[in-house]
Amino acid sequence: MSAITHPFDRRNFLKTGLAGAAGLVVGFYLPGRSELLAAAPAAAAPAVLNAWVHITPDDKVTILISKSEMGQGVETSLAMLAAEELECDWKRIHTEFAPAAQVYFDPAFGMQGTGGSQSIHSAWEPMRKAGATAREMLIAAAAQKWGVDASECRAENGAIVHTSTKRRATFGSLAEAASKIPQPTDVKLKDPSQFKIIGKPTKRVDTAKKVNGTAGFGIDVRLPKMLHASVEHCPVFGGKVASFDATKAKAIPGVKDVIQIPTGVAVVADNTWTAFQGRKALTVKWDEGPNASVSSASIRQSFMDVMDKPGVVSRKVGDSDAGLASAAKKVEAVYEAPYQAHVTMEPMNGTADVRADGVDLWVPTQFQTPAQGTAAGIAGVKPDAVNVHTTYLGGGFGRRGWSDFVAESTLLSKAMGVPVQVTWTREDDMQHDYYRPASYVKMSAGLDADGKPTAYTARVACDSIMSWFFPGSIKNGLDASSVEGVSDVAYDIPNILVDYHLMSGPIPMGFWRSVGASQNGFFSESFVDELAAAAKKDPYEFRRDLLSKKPRHLGVLNLAAQKAGWGSPLPKGRYRGIAVLEAFSTYVAEVVEISIDKDGTVNVHRVVCAVDCGRVVNPDTAEAQVSGAVVYGITAALKSEITIDRGRVVQTNFSDNPTLRMNEVPKIEVYFVPSTETPTGLGEPGVPPVAPAIANAIFAGTGKRIRRLPIKPSDLV
Amino acid sequence: MATHFTLNGKPQTVNVNPDMPLLWVLRDTLNMTGTKFGCGMALCGACTVHIDGEATRSCITPISSVAGKKVTTIEGLSPDRSHPVQKAWMEADVPQCGYCQSGQIMSAAALIAKTPKPTDAQIDDAMSGNICRCGTYPRIRKAIHRAAQLSGSAAAKPATTGAEVVPDEENALVGGAE
Repeated sequence: MSAITHPFDRRNFLKTGLAGAAGLVVGFYLPGRSELLAAAPAAAAPAVLNAWVHITPDDKVTILISKSEMGQGVETSLAMLAAEELECDWKRIHTEFAPAAQVYFDPAFGMQGTGGSQSIHSAWEPMRKAGATAREMLIAAAAQKWGVDASECRAENGAIVHTSTKRRATFGSLAEAASKIPQPTDVKLKDPSQFKIIGKPTKRVDTAKKVNGTAGFGIDVRLPKMLHASVEHCPVFGGKVASFDATKAKAIPGVKDVIQIPTGVAVVADNTWTAFQGRKALTVKWDEGPNASVSSASIRQSFMDVMDKPGVVSRKVGDSDAGLASAAKKVEAVYEAPYQAHVTMEPMNGTADVRADGVDLWVPTQFQTPAQGTAAGIAGVKPDAVNVHTTYLGGGFGRRGWSDFVAESTLLSKAMGVPVQVTWTREDDMQHDYYRPASYVKMSAGLDADGKPTAYTARVACDSIMSWFFPGSIKNGLDASSVEGVSDVAYDIPNILVDYHLMSGPIPMGFWRSVGASQNGFFSESFVDELAAAAKKDPYEFRRDLLSKKPRHLGVLNLAAQKAGWGSPLPKGRYRGIAVLEAFSTYVAEVVEISIDKDGTVNVHRVVCAVDCGRVVNPDTAEAQVSGAVVYGITAALKSEITIDRGRVVQTNFSDNPTLRMNEVPKIEVYFVPSTETPTGLGEPGVPPVAPAIANAIFAGTGKRIRRLPIKPSDLV
Repeated sequence: MATHFTLNGKPQTVNVNPDMPLLWVLRDTLNMTGTKFGCGMALCGACTVHIDGEATRSCITPISSVAGKKVTTIEGLSPDRSHPVQKAWMEADVPQCGYCQSGQIMSAAALIAKTPKPTDAQIDDAMSGNICRCGTYPRIRKAIHRAAQLSGSAAAKPATTGAEVVPDEENALVGGAE
């Protein structure tokens, strides 16, 4: 390895197996870190250098991917950004997941992690600069070699060419010399009109591995001497082990040990199934703690109890009291949404090898920095002695931002002195998640004689995610994640008041695909539909008239309506609904077509999506993300919910917390608004409009207004 | 207790508890991790394999019940991703996270073997036991129709018996811009 010119964590880098041959490593500085850095775990150190491009003499170009691949196609799209500027042969591009190191921190988070539909937006400039910097260093090396001016050389398809003499040298042959060239600090990026890769439908780099079973997920890690473990967790949140009897479990052939850890009782065995069998043979007495009487009903009552009291002001425009007083017509409604589990297809798992000198972690994590810090704390080593090997993630949706599975595997490897893989059952996964918050919202609005809104208010009571994840980010009692999607209502209304009651109970809260907008979008886009009805206006036209100052909202609204044929006749028994929302700076409008069976079952037949995410990097994966988000959103709108009884989750598996299946999937169409804006993310923004669009279609067909999710057949008979 | 069966075309013997599900024999005893654990109750289809050509949920199939039978896993569907279902999957870039896809592909391959030109309703019937949380269903449907075309047009035979798999890392990492 030559010319790592900055204080890059060499040890980590070597461990990833990228080094060994002469090559070029390109680094550059990321912009300043966000305020979140202060709250980041102890792994933080001051250097912010990055290293993304590696070239070996055989012309293999490796792009390091600092984001977790959980289906969103980021392994492909980030490589596309670097390759675009590097001018290499796309077919020679290889990708590797980056180790955990400060150089790979996302400036938006102040740590290394994947979430918030942030990856493309964060990487848009840095990854292109990484490619461009490498390209310029290769050009400089070629110019030196040939004794010509660099301005006479250009990069082309994996080689540097001297334009006048047509001399040519491949990237691999120049890589070592290039690595000794000082890094240019101000490289010029291509004009987008010159893009050859960005914006073109590009095949995913991971598909080949995902059609023959060779893609390595966390649960697939196999190491010499590795043992398998599974943990019996206290079913009641906040409970703990009082005592346990492991006699029968230990008598099972293959059970190696039974160990109490902070989260429960772990059975360690020579295979996963035996560990599961061992759990069934345990007798555990639980100290259920203070939450054993908590239920969905008691939580709901606690939300209702605060509804008459003013909360923390989240948004105030004008004077909503005056606006309501002057209204010709008032509309009031109460909306509710339940807890939701993430239900990734790959249950939680982690593999750790704790040694005296450090730890190796193989984990399907969305957040490498906390994973590293968690393991370091347990193992009693410095964070940089923990090598994080990020595997493929069998789904994330926000669940894998947590490090609970990292902690369990690290504790158990430390106890056993060998590598340990901990595997959760589906029941563990569903009953010990960090859930999408439940929320209860009281809304009111006034309309003038022409049906124009005079005021809009929303009082939100919602379980706070940040109280669990980042208490430091809560300012004056306001958790912004609880109100996003309702506080930022885009409609042109002169008087707005949104206030908030931070609810913090024993049920663990987490980021769930599209976070606050997932429930608040349902509230705000259903309520505006109520206003349209009260104003006796078409729901599309009503929205359009109130979005005249919001061109990007308007753009997707009009495109969705046009593509869906809004206003055109539908077959008997088919109804349309519409919704439009911005989430994570991406704008999405959706029009759904539904029918309703006699027993109240809602069938979704068609979903037309219009999306403005700025410039689309990979249209093929972009379409897949929006289409997938629609499926995820339909499940939450019509099928799934988590309820609490006696302090524990009622649902156990796909049998009682169902998910949309092949026979229930509508025709999904996705259209992108052509744009030259900086790209924004697509992992989440397709979810929020789904539920309100379905509920609005139900209203259009039946006159019944749905104000509580999920929508059940019993609501409609 | 020794159980003898055929795994991807080769004789296989395992000495495990006869109640141990085939899924865990594959994953933990034989280190063949292409077949996935999703629910443990035959509700999600991630663990689907072929037993004597039938799509079967390996998570609830005791190893004792496969004695003398032919088991095909995702690793044995083809040696080189040449099964029409795999080809069609690659053409359509079906997978997102990919975790459920071994099971999806095995269910689709069993469907195509029995029903060379499945209708949408037949696809619904055959595939509704396989859950995908990423929501790749529309591309799965498209790819199954395409696989039916591919297996009808070429001599490509849907393989239900196994072949040794040579990992093809080079290919695995190659993408392809236009």
